[in-house]
Amino acid sequence: MSLSKNFGGIVAVDRLSFSVGAGEVLGFLGPNGAGKSTTMKMLTGFLAPSGGTATINGHDIINDSLAARRIIGYLPEGAPSYGEMTVRNFLEFIARARGFKGREARRKAAAAIDRLNLESVPEQTIETLSKGFKRRVGLAQAILHDPQVLILDEPTDGLDPNQKHEVRSLIRDMSSEKIIVISTHMLEEVQALCNRAMIIADGRLLVDDTPAGLIARSRYHNAVTLVVEEPERVASILSEIPQARKVELREGELTVFPAEGARLFEVISDAVKEYGWSVSELRLEAGRLDEVFRQVTQGTVGK
Amino acid sequence: MSTPKSSGMSSVINVMRRELSGYFSTPVAWVFIVIFLVMSGVFTFYIGSFYERGMADLAPFFQFHPWLYLFLVPAIAMRLWAEERRSGTIELLLTLPLTTGQVVLGKFLAAWLFLGLSLMLTFPVWLTVNYLGNPDNGIIVAGYIGSWLMAGGFLAIGSCMSAVTRNQVVAFILSVVVCFGFLLSGLPMVMNVFTQWAPQALLDVIADFSFLAHFAAISKGVIDLRDLVYFVLVTAFWLMANTIVLEIKKAD
Ligand SMILES: Nc1ncnc2c1ncn2[C@@H]1O[C@H](COP(=O)(O)OP(=O)(O)OP(=O)(O)O)[C@@H](O)[C@H]1O
Ligand SMILES: [Mg+2]
Repeated sequence: MSLSKNFGGIVAVDRLSFSVGAGEVLGFLGPNGAGKSTTMKMLTGFLAPSGGTATINGHDIINDSLAARRIIGYLPEGAPSYGEMTVRNFLEFIARARGFKGREARRKAAAAIDRLNLESVPEQTIETLSKGFKRRVGLAQAILHDPQVLILDEPTDGLDPNQKHEVRSLIRDMSSEKIIVISTHMLEEVQALCNRAMIIADGRLLVDDTPAGLIARSRYHNAVTLVVEEPERVASILSEIPQARKVELREGELTVFPAEGARLFEVISDAVKEYGWSVSELRLEAGRLDEVFRQVTQGTVGK
Repeated sequence: MSTPKSSGMSSVINVMRRELSGYFSTPVAWVFIVIFLVMSGVFTFYIGSFYERGMADLAPFFQFHPWLYLFLVPAIAMRLWAEERRSGTIELLLTLPLTTGQVVLGKFLAAWLFLGLSLMLTFPVWLTVNYLGNPDNGIIVAGYIGSWLMAGGFLAIGSCMSAVTRNQVVAFILSVVVCFGFLLSGLPMVMNVFTQWAPQALLDVIADFSFLAHFAAISKGVIDLRDLVYFVLVTAFWLMANTIVLEIKKAD
């Protein structure tokens, strides 16, 4: 597939091209206005692409939109729903729109209420719910028909930590036989949930990798951080060792960056023993996603 | 793991039911009904001189319906799509496995049934005329049917205009203007503009587009198939236009 979308003169999505297989949880990352939501709107048939098309399980999103929409569950940005309806009535409406009839529709709605812990509010009108509950109603609506493809625009935005955890495990439970695409600004969510991440900026795909691969791009990857007495003196000693490329001292923390392919941790822990430094903390850095994100996206913004 | 396919009509009815229940969970419906009843009462009894005429029919009642609808129906119709856009539910609705046509028809039918209900609530007028005299109830039934059909025509225009712009006030003004055009197209005032230069065939078409002429015929009790078909066609035309407008600019 390859998708483009222009709004007047603005190019919101520029020949974005990717494919996702069952069992994959793909995370869309990107700064505000990157084109994440626009891409999702095109996949779900709400926006017509300005150029290109996509297929979802063999259904073209332009020519076979109805069939494509049937197998998609979609949570639009901001989780819109009919505020004057009760949670149960709303979900039953969605179930009937998905082709379930009578008792089956009621059963599906009840099951969705169950899965998103909405048991305390089924008869409450949606407009009187808190933001997090509204988001969960939106999620319930999206998963109600057990879709093969789930497209969720910022699914955990506004949820408390417990509910975030619940929703993430819900998505993880469903992920084995489904295709799931989520967009998020929470980087730890990508690590917790996704097995693939795409960074988009200005409508273009910048990086398509696993979360581990992303982290490996961090300059902190395999760096060693230590908290030690007399950091300046230690820093000057450490900067002499051949495996260290660079030493940074920041807020009392000393970070040593490895030279290409070097294994620093052993070297440094040996040095600690040898010199008898009093070290209160010593850790191997995995890498920092937020730093990778900034590095990747600001590279283009700065141009 | 495939979900069932829903038949066309049940999708329409599902949308219609949701929409209709929405009317009564907000004050909009009640306010509209009260205004409609009060206005039709005022028009009938004061302006229409219902008593003074001394005739047992509902002509003064029906005579003002086109003018009543001219403002009240666009007021109901203006929120049809604008509201979905404002709340973002249009994105939810149009990404469900429903065709745009089904959604348009469902929402239209809900509003039309609601107008029908408002119309039925004017039954005290009918009781009054039966109490006072011996009217031809066949003509009255015809009047109600004609009035409801005409309301459908206005409503389809208003619904389409509501899809054209997300601004409710603009939608209201646009639909009043278009409805006004349809109302008056047969009157001399409008015809004079065309008689100078337009060929006779076109004049006939324009004259034939008048809501007033067709409604007047029905409300006299003459149920001519052509008048009924006229309203059905006008309604169908505008609903089709509504569908096309939505397809083109649903996200704007
Ligand atoms: N209806 C529209 N008309 C004009 N421009 C639009 C429209 N919708 C989106 N855009 C523009 O398209 C670009 C991409 O927007 P989009 O909503 O896809 O970003 P996003 O990646 O989802 O951002 P966020 O993280 O803030 O949700 C933005 O520059 C936005 O201003
Ligand atoms: Mg977005």
